[in-house]
Amino acid sequence: MSGFTAELSVLFSYGFIQRALVVGVLVSLCAALLGISLVLRRFSMIGDGLSHVGFGALAIAAVLGLAPLAVAIPVTVAAAFFMLWLNERGHMQGDAAIAILASSSLAIGVLITASTTGMNTDLNSYMFGSILAISREDMILSIVVSVVVLALYILFYHPLFSVTFDENFATATGTRASRYNLLLSCLTALTVVVGMRLMGTLLISPLIIFPALTAMRVYKSYRGVVICSMVTSVLCFFVGLCVSFLFSLPTGATIVCINLVCFLGFTVVGAVRRTS
Amino acid sequence: MNLLEVKNLTVRYERQCAVENVSFSLREGDYAAIVGENGSGKSTLVKTLVGLIPASDGEVEMHGMTRREIGYLPQSTIVQKDFPASVTEVVLTGCLADGKFRPFYTKAQKELAKEMMALLGVTPFAKKSFRELSGGQQQRVLLARALCATKKLLILDEPASVLDPVVTHELYGILRRLNRERGITILMVSHDIHCALEQATTILHMDRTLRFCGAVHDYMHTSEYRRMVGDCEPELHAHHHHHNHCTGYAAVPANSEGGAV
Repeated sequence: MSGFTAELSVLFSYGFIQRALVVGVLVSLCAALLGISLVLRRFSMIGDGLSHVGFGALAIAAVLGLAPLAVAIPVTVAAAFFMLWLNERGHMQGDAAIAILASSSLAIGVLITASTTGMNTDLNSYMFGSILAISREDMILSIVVSVVVLALYILFYHPLFSVTFDENFATATGTRASRYNLLLSCLTALTVVVGMRLMGTLLISPLIIFPALTAMRVYKSYRGVVICSMVTSVLCFFVGLCVSFLFSLPTGATIVCINLVCFLGFTVVGAVRRTS
Repeated sequence: MNLLEVKNLTVRYERQCAVENVSFSLREGDYAAIVGENGSGKSTLVKTLVGLIPASDGEVEMHGMTRREIGYLPQSTIVQKDFPASVTEVVLTGCLADGKFRPFYTKAQKELAKEMMALLGVTPFAKKSFRELSGGQQQRVLLARALCATKKLLILDEPASVLDPVVTHELYGILRRLNRERGITILMVSHDIHCALEQATTILHMDRTLRFCGAVHDYMHTSEYRRMVGDCEPELHAHHHHHNHCTGYAAVPANSEGGAV
């Protein structure tokens, strides 16, 4: 045990690990909060789609020699609005359109990256994330984004709940549901772009979906689900980061697997509770 | 006094005219039911009244209240089937209708929610999860929420469509009490013609346009009524079984309606 603690204290003495920890905890918190609304409103695939679009945008920024996030953020936010619009026009097969948009962005991103830098570690770290990729600027940006997400979430907690639970009633009683949808997708886009560096294009969306689903297995009130998903999300991230370091495993994949274990555990607890 | 006045209301969407040139008014204390066949524009009409669908033409005037002060009971949505929310949390959202932005509910709002939960007998489930309640209990919770939003007018879209006959009867009992004892005006879309006739005092028959608007006993002499109950049935059918319809009968099969229009 003392060996573990010693290794962990070494772990957190590295600057890049400290940055990964700060970014990871904040992104986990935001992803958990946004995930609840996205999952409950059947928008789960938007997170996945956005990360793919974000990847395409990062690849294009790299080719053009532009600041990666300065390109990725506006493009992803625009894509979020577009996906929301597709989703609201039910008759247009919005889910299929989102799938096409997402996979096309991914394919274009892979082609661009492969033709400029070759299929190398760069691509690998984009796809599966890398704790080495977090720069000081990323950290500052993630702090800003997280503060904005958390503040807006607390401020608009009740109307967001109302819109999520029953959009028609909320609209009828004067809550502008479409504005909250825009807010939600915009914040999701920001969170996805910030979290992508750490978790990778392919593994950021579980961070959004898992905590909400996990919490919903056991908790029955909205507030319970909100608190529980924030706590499990941060804990899973932290445990995942430590485990990945101790056993030299890829960080993003480890965090997702810890989330999976947590989800399965909560599923069992929920099932036992229901029968007893 | 007229509470609600609808003047030449027309609603078009996707190039189709769903509601055409509808005019009527509701007086305070009215209990009106909108009846009509599938796709006759009943739901579209009430969605326009509560502001979910924009009117293409015409006016909706409210006296002594604003649109957001309508207590609306929408058709149930799929989202709510597995939604983790306590009954109290759901009822409280009705208080957001006052339109003042605050990050937290005030003491008065919490009291109002408690009062409405007691009125509808859902206080025992206050901490329970909405998704664990029966259909009838859920409708009562949503009614409590609607009553937090309004003091005057309830608009209900097929409130009994998912309920069994006994619970339907119970729900209509509650609505009658709210109407008589609290003076709340009720406008209800109903697919069940017999219940509509038994419960309401005013009938609005929609068939894209408003074909009939008036008292229940006048409605029973119209051709619209005969079409709704089916030609084979005697005209006095509704009188005959006056007290049994809501418990004993489902909607007439030929005209029954699953929900969404």
